[in-house]
Amino acid sequence: MSRTYYEFKPWNVGRWIVWTLFALVLLLAPKVFTSNLSVSMLAQMGIAIIACLSYNMLLGQGGMLSFGHAVYTGLGSYMAIHALLRVSEGALSLPVSMVPLVGGLAGLFFAVLFGYVTTKKSGTTFAMITLGMGELVFAMSLMFSEFFGGEAGITADRMVGDPVMGITYGPGVQVYYLIAVYTFVSVALMFAFTRTPLGRILNAVRDNPERVEFVGYNTQMVRYFAFMIAGFFAGISGGLAAIQFEIVTAEVVGPIRSGGYLLFTFLGGATFFFGPIIGGVLMVLAFVLFSEITKAWLLYLGLIFLFMVMYAPGGIASLIMMNLRVAAFGRLRELWVSYLALGVTALVVLIGAGALIEMIYHLQLSTAMGDTVKFLGATLNARSADSWFGGAFVMLTGLGLFELARRNFSRQWAEIQTYIEKEIKRRETQ
Amino acid sequence: MSTTTDTPVRPHDAAMSHVHAGGYALELRQLRKSFGKTDIIRGVDLAVRAGERVAIIGPNGAGKSTLFNLISGRFAPSSGEVILNGNRIDGKKPFEINRLGLSRSFQITNIFPKLSVFENLRCGVLWSLGYKYTLFRFLADLRDANERAEELMKMIRLDKKRDTLAMNLTYAEQRALEIGITIAGGANVVLLDEPTAGMSKSETSRFIDLIREVTVGKTLLTVEHDMGVVFGLADKIAVVVYGEVIAFDTPEAVRANPKVQEAYLGSVLADEQAASAGH
Repeated sequence: MSRTYYEFKPWNVGRWIVWTLFALVLLLAPKVFTSNLSVSMLAQMGIAIIACLSYNMLLGQGGMLSFGHAVYTGLGSYMAIHALLRVSEGALSLPVSMVPLVGGLAGLFFAVLFGYVTTKKSGTTFAMITLGMGELVFAMSLMFSEFFGGEAGITADRMVGDPVMGITYGPGVQVYYLIAVYTFVSVALMFAFTRTPLGRILNAVRDNPERVEFVGYNTQMVRYFAFMIAGFFAGISGGLAAIQFEIVTAEVVGPIRSGGYLLFTFLGGATFFFGPIIGGVLMVLAFVLFSEITKAWLLYLGLIFLFMVMYAPGGIASLIMMNLRVAAFGRLRELWVSYLALGVTALVVLIGAGALIEMIYHLQLSTAMGDTVKFLGATLNARSADSWFGGAFVMLTGLGLFELARRNFSRQWAEIQTYIEKEIKRRETQ
Repeated sequence: MSTTTDTPVRPHDAAMSHVHAGGYALELRQLRKSFGKTDIIRGVDLAVRAGERVAIIGPNGAGKSTLFNLISGRFAPSSGEVILNGNRIDGKKPFEINRLGLSRSFQITNIFPKLSVFENLRCGVLWSLGYKYTLFRFLADLRDANERAEELMKMIRLDKKRDTLAMNLTYAEQRALEIGITIAGGANVVLLDEPTAGMSKSETSRFIDLIREVTVGKTLLTVEHDMGVVFGLADKIAVVVYGEVIAFDTPEAVRANPKVQEAYLGSVLADEQAASAGH
């Protein structure tokens, strides 16, 4: 029997490969994407990854739906930028590379303070209290302008103190590497957390808090400790953001930012550790690139979110894992036609819907610019019935075909899942 | 948070050799509970010696499960005392009571559905081995916790399902896991609320053997409906009718007790005879 096999062998090769690859990606990414914009985006991705992972410590691992996580990233940002200011005034002697830790400690401090109240309850009450905390801090940010900087926010210069080994943090790529190091260490630490007694009991609290009380644990304390740790990493992320942008405005503690963490953690996938990493990357892509392509980007984002909640509540990570499972049983190849059909029909729906959305936006917001809308190289006329009819026709046809493809896929998928279940049973009894 | 319970009484150490005033592992004194104006438990006195197996029987709605909920801290009693291993525990929180050496199972299966069988059991042992809210050690390195969880898994015959998620187990397996989690922390007083509820006859008899095996040396209280099980397993039987204990004695004495016959057992035994005659 497997007496000595508990969780992993200490020299688990697979794990070493994954972490080495992760380090390599962080190391080489700015060599592949060299423009200023891409380096800045990569840096923001690191920041978002830490934030989403820390959020998922609450949502995915502890079953705590927080609507106010930006409080901890945001206050981390504020404390970090004030620290930067003090350093440049000479009142504080701290290398810039340590400033994110100030953010982390601030996040931890406020999590200790607010978390005591917040984590007293779980479930809906918890969610409501976090919402209240978020509003409270956001309202305060507009009241105390000495600390929060009012409308203009607080600005600081990250090129302060003596350069260490020629690193001035002037060029964006230097900041990127600082963020990359913090990202790697934070991700590793947060992964390690899932392997500790506290991390496991947190999962148990998520699954069945009552039972946990009857095996000796105070669930409130478990939630409180997890909340503190999440607050610490959130603060680190906020501190890095302060260095990256050199400006912190009140919106960083606002409800929209909190909603963003929730949305992208969910999109990435809350049920797997690596889900929020995907979420963080998507968050930056959406906020920086997608918002450039179309003014209606938030609307598309909402649609994608709806779609995911309905069809893939485990997020992208669970889609990946489910397909890996199918692949492990050698049945993935037969699905590619179905995936192609789903992809093409979904694209048709998107084109049709996109044309309609763009025309609506045009009519509502920019009629002064004339009636024509450029959409994917075609010229649409927002006041002509032809364009509207065309857009609707494409969308509806796409929807019909998508539904056909989806039904066919569901049947195939269900058949494969039954096969896998049987196969697992068969292997178990062997 | 109360600080007195932060140093848990290691239930292993506090086993049955631990003799308290009167030698009782669990004592209820004039325990009462009302919900609004309805009295559910109406002054229960019960004293269970260390190592005794007590079955609690009684008609539906008599207050058996409420009694368990009062003892284990799920509800606070309206008045009266509960004394566990010499400590007053009435009004304490479930986790505090558990740390003092009492553990319970539930009538409706109460496990960690998204964790594997092994993880379920390991969660059950962590506190009792002193790991508490440990943050700076890996689970994989906790030899004693891992070995204890493996050992428990064999005891409840689920070692072949080690990595199966609890929600994918069969009903009987989930019931066994429920017992496993309950005994995992090594509590010396174990409360089992209808452990065989919903099981077939053959599953029940196998399950009773399992219960007997895993609770050796422990004080056991169990709510049970199957009279065959009750008379086979229990050293003593407490009959609860309408929120009161009307008899507490050996199975033979309880069976012969006219009050019990009238209030409860008569009808149950008649039913069972009718059922077996029908076969």
